[in-house]
Amino acid sequence: MTTWHDYLKEEGRPPSWPYPIRFEEEQEIDTDILVIGGGIAGCWAAISAARQGMRVALVEKSDTVRSGSGGPGCDHWCNAPANPLSRVDPDSWAQHMADRPYSNGIGIQIQCREDYDTLLELEQMGGKIRDTDDEYVGAEGRDDKTKFMISPRYGTIHSYFPDPHMGEPNFNPPETRNNVVIRVWGSTFKPVLKKECKRLGVQIYDRIMGTSLLTENGIQGARVIGATGLNSRNGEFMIFKSKATILSTAGAGSIWFMSMELGGFSNMHSRAISGDGTVMAFRAGAELTKMEAGGVVRIATGYKHKWYTGGGDASYENVPLVDANGKRLPYPIQGWVDAGAMVPAPGVEEKIREGIMKGEYALPFYADFPSIPDVEQDATWKLMLGEEATTKIIIKTFNEAGFDTRRDMLQSYKFIEGQSLPQWREAGYGGGLLVDWNLKTTLDGLYAAGTQMFAPEDHSYAAATGRYAGRKAVVYAREIGESRVSRDQIEIEKNRVFAPIRRDSGIEWKELHAGIARVMQYYVSEFRTESLFKIGLDALEKIETESVPRLYALDPHKLMRTLEDLSMLEYAKIIIQASQARKASSMPLGFQRIDYPDVDPPEWNKFLTIKLENDKVKIGERPPRFWGDMKQQYEAYNKDYEGVYKGK
Amino acid sequence: MAKEEVFAIPNVPTPNQPVLFDPEFCTGCNVCVEVCPIDVYIPHPEEGKPPIILHPEECWYCGTCAVDCPCPGAIKFNWPLQARGYWKNKNTGEIGQI
Repeated sequence: MTTWHDYLKEEGRPPSWPYPIRFEEEQEIDTDILVIGGGIAGCWAAISAARQGMRVALVEKSDTVRSGSGGPGCDHWCNAPANPLSRVDPDSWAQHMADRPYSNGIGIQIQCREDYDTLLELEQMGGKIRDTDDEYVGAEGRDDKTKFMISPRYGTIHSYFPDPHMGEPNFNPPETRNNVVIRVWGSTFKPVLKKECKRLGVQIYDRIMGTSLLTENGIQGARVIGATGLNSRNGEFMIFKSKATILSTAGAGSIWFMSMELGGFSNMHSRAISGDGTVMAFRAGAELTKMEAGGVVRIATGYKHKWYTGGGDASYENVPLVDANGKRLPYPIQGWVDAGAMVPAPGVEEKIREGIMKGEYALPFYADFPSIPDVEQDATWKLMLGEEATTKIIIKTFNEAGFDTRRDMLQSYKFIEGQSLPQWREAGYGGGLLVDWNLKTTLDGLYAAGTQMFAPEDHSYAAATGRYAGRKAVVYAREIGESRVSRDQIEIEKNRVFAPIRRDSGIEWKELHAGIARVMQYYVSEFRTESLFKIGLDALEKIETESVPRLYALDPHKLMRTLEDLSMLEYAKIIIQASQARKASSMPLGFQRIDYPDVDPPEWNKFLTIKLENDKVKIGERPPRFWGDMKQQYEAYNKDYEGVYKGK
Repeated sequence: MAKEEVFAIPNVPTPNQPVLFDPEFCTGCNVCVEVCPIDVYIPHPEEGKPPIILHPEECWYCGTCAVDCPCPGAIKFNWPLQARGYWKNKNTGEIGQI
């Protein structure tokens, strides 16, 4: 007996919720350093802060032992130019890495200088980083003296850029391997990190989802003084007070798709990465950047609209398909004038697609009912669609909602999703918190590490930046005095968090997620343009005003998933607002605007930032390489740091 | 044979068995319940029994439940049909599948 229905069959009733229910009960924790997100970056931040004798609380949405993208394992320690076999200088390698457009020079410099130190510490904790059992003697890249296994990855180049002016691809001569990447036994890492946290006295709060940041006197943009959280097993409300807070939560992998059942949720991310950290920082007033960046995921499935609600083919019989400005598309209407052709002539679809890219046809497209005589409208809408099998109810629903063929055009979803599957899109893993050389965000008291920073990289990057952020947060925490938590802020958050359990019907989290995903698939797709952004933003706001107040959750787990939806909803809005601000296309940002087709014009080579000020969105900017000279800055900020690399 | 009661229940999520538990080897220690990042499982109310798979469709197949299971043979990872890869024996041409 292992499934839920097996249990029901045997016991005659469903299992009771296995954990005590404590909805709305409060637990208060006072700490020096609060780390939110117990993945690779978070564990390292906690360890690094605890080593200096600080009281550290580590908050993790699942269980720290295997949580995060690096929880199950990790095969490469990706940028360890300070390792003894390396043939490159860490500072030059960092410089090379940061040549990639819109990368994060601060994080990269930290990674290149410190991730080898981090790796050695991991080994002391019990992580396996060498071929100590001599399993791979003779394998290429194995160094018999150190037993390190050098990986061919980035062996001579870092990445191939499609456009040569976007960075120097060939860093060292092809015949000389740089030995920068080390193969590791990463499945041993996470359990030893958790063990080390415990050994150092870190208070670990597993199964707690961070829900909001607390700010001094509850003011947006003020110093961060703690956070609130929800226990996803018992519903308890957690209040953390801290002197410094480090955000090391995940990105937002699931915004564009919601197709768990059919796909199996095997897409390199878990559903749990819903951008909670970024969103709580944004709500607190922190500045984000690169939020407009786009990307493509690898695996997912999805559903489309039914035919005649506009899915697949909206060229209803006799009804011409027009673009957003009313311009007729060269698409057959299946009517009298083109002999009822159901399928367009060869080349037509391609012509339309090219027209979209050139701005000749504006999305979305519509079926132009009003352009045909009344009697023909009725013949199509009332008779044909009204009497066809499953379309009868569709027509009825549209009519009841106010659709009128005499004046309204029905939206077509053809073309709008782009060439690849719309649910393949993702947030690009570029967006995140703006940080300085202390990895401090734009809010006092708030630090960021790993994926929470803009333009994050990989596992060793998360480790090195987490370790660094922990160090820096301690310096701040030592200087800071007492803070005042606003009870009002806590009450507002508590109401937000627990609203869905006060209802027992309405909309459930899966439907809300699917609704958000659909908006993004249609309006923030391969084709990006102002008019679509506007429709998308309006649609998300409609979800916010009409559906969010109807959300319900039956248990603490579903409540957590519901709150993740709310993170994704906010995250999606930020993406659109950031996208509206970038009025140019960009190849490295995966950002293609139809209304601004110029690709990477020099005047747009800058970071756009977004934040809330008095709850209003404010756009700002930073120049490329705003971090200055990486080597100099790093050394100025880390005079006391003792690492393996002694500089050159 | 006595007639079992037929309950009216919603369709079960699909896929719904990311792993198969073998009650012969599973001691009900619930290590898998604790390591699972997204609470796919809950402990069985009866001590010593394999956990109940409560949220199978949230599984992202990270595999840590099976990897960290301390009881050999207790958990068999069970890929959903659509995720079962194929291979070919170079000598015989025979097609294999997980």
